[in-house]
Amino acid sequence: MATPLRPNCAEDLRDLVADAVRDARAIEVVGGGSKRAIGKPHRQASLVELGDLTGVIDYAPSELVLTARPATPLAEIESLLARNGQMLAFEPWEHGCLFAAATPIATIGGIVAAGVAGPRRVSAGGARDHLLGFEAVSGRGEIFRAGGKVVKNVAGFDLSKAIAGSWGQLAIMTELTLKVLPRPKCAVTLAFEGLDIERAVRAMAAGMGSRNAVAAAAHCPPTGGRPSLTALRLEGFAESVAARLAALIDELADFGAARELTPDEAADFWRSVTTAAPLAGTETLWRAQVAPSRAAALAQSVADEDGRCLIDWAGAALWIGAPAACDVRSAALAAQGHAMLVRAPGELRTRIPARKAGSPALGALEARLRQAFDPAGILDPHRFS
Amino acid sequence: MARRAEIAAALRSFVPDGVIDNERELKAYESDGLTAYRQPPLVVVLPENTRQVSEVLAWCRREGVKVVPRGAGTSLSGGALPLADAVLVGLSRMNRVLDIDFVDRVAVVQPGVTNLAVTQAVAERGFYYAPDPSSQIACTIGGNVAENSGGVHCLKYGLTTNNVLGVEMVMADGEVIRLGGRHLEPEGLDLLGLVIGSEGLLGVVTEVTVRILPAPEAASAILLGFPTTRSAGDCVAGIIAEGIIPAGMEMMDKAATQAAEAFVHAGYPLDAEALLIIEVDGPPVECELLLGEIARIAAAHGATTSRISQNEEERLRFWAGRKAAFPAVGRLAPDYYCMDGTIPRSRLSEVLERMAELSRHHGLGVANVFHAGDGNLHPLILYDANQPGQLDRAEAFGADILRLCVAVGGVLTGEHGVGVEKRDLMPEMFTEIDLAHQQRVKCAFDPDLRLNPGKVFPRLHRCAELGRLHVHGGALPHPAIPRF
Ligand SMILES: Cc1cc2nc3c(=O)[nH]c(=O)nc-3n(C[C@H](O)[C@H](O)[C@H](O)COP(=O)(O)OP(=O)(O)OC[C@H]3O[C@@H](n4cnc5c(N)ncnc54)[C@H](O)[C@@H]3O)c2cc1C
Repeated sequence: MATPLRPNCAEDLRDLVADAVRDARAIEVVGGGSKRAIGKPHRQASLVELGDLTGVIDYAPSELVLTARPATPLAEIESLLARNGQMLAFEPWEHGCLFAAATPIATIGGIVAAGVAGPRRVSAGGARDHLLGFEAVSGRGEIFRAGGKVVKNVAGFDLSKAIAGSWGQLAIMTELTLKVLPRPKCAVTLAFEGLDIERAVRAMAAGMGSRNAVAAAAHCPPTGGRPSLTALRLEGFAESVAARLAALIDELADFGAARELTPDEAADFWRSVTTAAPLAGTETLWRAQVAPSRAAALAQSVADEDGRCLIDWAGAALWIGAPAACDVRSAALAAQGHAMLVRAPGELRTRIPARKAGSPALGALEARLRQAFDPAGILDPHRFS
Repeated sequence: MARRAEIAAALRSFVPDGVIDNERELKAYESDGLTAYRQPPLVVVLPENTRQVSEVLAWCRREGVKVVPRGAGTSLSGGALPLADAVLVGLSRMNRVLDIDFVDRVAVVQPGVTNLAVTQAVAERGFYYAPDPSSQIACTIGGNVAENSGGVHCLKYGLTTNNVLGVEMVMADGEVIRLGGRHLEPEGLDLLGLVIGSEGLLGVVTEVTVRILPAPEAASAILLGFPTTRSAGDCVAGIIAEGIIPAGMEMMDKAATQAAEAFVHAGYPLDAEALLIIEVDGPPVECELLLGEIARIAAAHGATTSRISQNEEERLRFWAGRKAAFPAVGRLAPDYYCMDGTIPRSRLSEVLERMAELSRHHGLGVANVFHAGDGNLHPLILYDANQPGQLDRAEAFGADILRLCVAVGGVLTGEHGVGVEKRDLMPEMFTEIDLAHQQRVKCAFDPDLRLNPGKVFPRLHRCAELGRLHVHGGALPHPAIPRF
C-alpha cells in the first residue's frame, strides 16, 4: 500500500484533493482512525491522514466558543475545557473501544463528521447542534467557509448541519468552531430496577416530561442474572439537583422504589450505555433511531430474532446486538425509524450498506447534494454503498 | 403580468376558493415586516392542504412561473417580499395542529399555525414550545423554520433548528418529501438541518414536527443598571464564567432604556448607560440561588441598580419595557430601521463606540437592544421616510453597522435572515467560493431556481455554470509533498 498522504495545512489538503480530482482517484480521510471499521471494507481509496492538522486555534471561555483543527484529539479538547469549567455538551465519546483492543483515538473532526453524541444528546442536542461554523476543502478542491464563530447566526444556508454527520462525503473539515457550555457542578443518577422495556420507556418519558430538567435517560435490560436498570440523570447546581431529585422520586413513584446510584455505579452505567459494553460479543452491532414510543416494539421484534438491546436518549436511540441473520434495518424501518450498521464481520459489511437513505426520493436528493460538493465522486464514495 | 388571468385561472383549478388576482386585494400582500420594500405579487394562492401546494408547484414548474412562499409576513429582511412575476403561496390557511404526543414530546402542526398557538395547544399539560420570537403571536411555524428564528430564551433553549425534528416539504417540482420525523438523528445527510433557515429557497414546508418541553416550575428576573456598557458587558461575561446560563439575558442602551421607560413606566433607572434584564428559570431554589449569585457578580462589576423581581407581576414589568422597546423607540422618530448583527460579546463596547461615531457621520440617531447572552445586537436606526434621502441614509448606516459586526468577528444576521435586505452584503462575510458552495445546495433542491429567487444570494448563478469543475493541472503548488 502506498504511504498515506499527510497534508500540513488546508492549502496542502486542497492541492491533494485537486490532484485526486484530476486523477479520478478516491481518497479516504482519517483523523484518529477510531471509526475506520465502519462501512464497506477494502475500498479502493488512497489514504489521507489529517494528523498534522491539529491544535486548538482559539478558545474564549466567556464567548462559549472554541475553534480547533480537525485532528485535535477529543481528549485534548475536553481537558482544556474541563480546566475552564466547561464541556462539549453533546457528550461525544471514543469509538475505538467498539472495535479493537488497541484503541485508536477519536479526533474532533471525526466526532463531528460522524455526528457522535452521548446520553446528554436527548436534552442538549447533538454534534450538529454545536457546530457553529467550519472551514473545509470540498470535493471540488476548493477551500470554503460556512457559518460563523458566534453562537447565533443565520447568514446563509446552515451548511454546518449538512457537514456534521456527513462522514466526510461532502467536504473535509480543516477548522471547526464549536459551541461550548459550562460543565454542571453536580450530577446524580436515579435508577429503577426490574422494569420491562415498555415500562422503562414510560418512566423515562415521564421523567423527561417532568419539570425536573432530566439531562439523560437510559435503560439497560437484564444481563447476567442482574435485573434491568432504568436510569435518569440530573445535573446542575447542587441545591437545584437536590430539589429536582426529590421531586422526580415523588413523581415517578408508580414505577417502584428508586435508588440513587453511587458515583462509580453511575459512571459505569453511563459508560456502558454509551459504548454498548454489554453487547461487546455480539455478531453485529447496530445503532437504531426511533420515536421513543416505538422503542419497545423495535426491541421486541429484534428479541424475536435473538437480538439484544440497550436503550438511550429516553427511548430514541437503541444499540442492538444481533446475529448476522437478524434484519435489524427492516425492523427499524417498520418502527418508522432507521438503523446504522456499526460493527459486523467484513463479509457482511460488503453486502449491507452501513447507512441507507430512508426513501428513493431522499436517496436521489442526497446524491444531488453530494454531486454538488463532490462532482468527481472522490470523497470516499463507496463507504456506504 | 400579461399572464395574470391565465395563471389565476389555472391556480383556481387546484384551489377553487383561494386565489387572489385583483389589484386591490393583492396590495395587502405587497410587503412583509420590512416595509421599506413593496411589490404587489402577480397572483396570491392560499392552499388548504399539501396536495394543493404540490399541484400548484408542479404547475408553476411546468409553466416556468416563479414562486414566493409566505407565512404571516412578519419577516424583517424582506424574505417574503413578492415579485411582480411570481405567484405568492400563502400558507396561512394551513393552520391546524395535527397531533400532540406527550410520550414522544412532539407536536405536529401545519405551517400556518402561529408560534404561540403551538405553546397554547400543549400548555394545558404543562408543556411549551421553546423558541419565542417577539413576533410569536403573529409569525407562523413555517416562517420560523424558513428563518431559523430565535427568541430571548434561545441561549438556553436553542433556535428553531434545535427544536424541530421533522418536516414535510413540497419540492419545487411538486414532489412531496419528508425529512426527519420523531427521532433525533437522520439516516443520512442532515437535509432537515439544511432546510431550516433556508428562507423559502429550498421547498415549501407543509408540516412541521416540533419538540415540546415541560415548562419550568418558576422564573424570576433581576434588573441591573450600569454606569458604562463596558461594565455591563463584563458582568455578562462574569456570569457565564461562573457557569450560569440564564434563560434570558437582555441589554438595552441608554437611548432604548429611556424610550421604553417613557412608554411603559417599567421602573427602569434613567441614569444607567446600560440596562440588563436577566431571567433564570427552574425550581424556585435554583432561581433564588442564581439570582443571588448574579446580584453578587453585578455588584462586583459596579452595578448602580440591582432589583430582583419579588413576584410574577414585577417580573413581567421588568420585561414589559424590553418587549415594548421597538414601538417605544418608534415614538422617538417617525420611522425606525431594525438591524440584526451578531458580535463576539467581548467587542460590545468597542462596537457601540464605533456605532456612535457612525451615528454622527450619518446624522441619524440609534438605540440599541441586545440579546446579551448570545451577542445578537439589534440597533434601531431612527429616521423619517418623508424627509428626502433619510431612508437611503438609514440603509447606508445599517450596512455600515453590519460591516462593523463582520469586521469584529461577528456575522450579518443573528435571527432575522438575509432576505433581500442583506443580500448584497453577503460578500462582506463570504467569498465567491463560499457562496458558490451554498448556491449549489440551492441547485440540488431547485435546479431551475424558481423558489424565492432574488433572496439571500447577491447573484444567482445558473446551476449549470456553477456545476462546472475546473480540473487544475500543470505546475503543482507544493512539489515536495508526496503525490498519488
Ligand atoms: C415585531 C417583530 C418582532 C420580531 N421578533 C423576532 C424575534 O424575536 N426573533 C426572530 O428570530 N425573529 C423576529 N421577527 C422576525 C419574524 O417574525 C420571523 O422571521 C418569523 O419567523 C417570520 O415568520 P412569518 O410566518 O411571518 O414568515 P414570513 O415573513 O411570511 O416569511 C419569512 C420567510 O419564510 C418563508 N416561508 C414562510 N413560510 C414558509 C413555508 N411554509 N415554507 C417555506 N418557506 C416559508 C418566506 O418565503 C420568507 O422567506 C420579528 C418580526 C417582527 C415584525
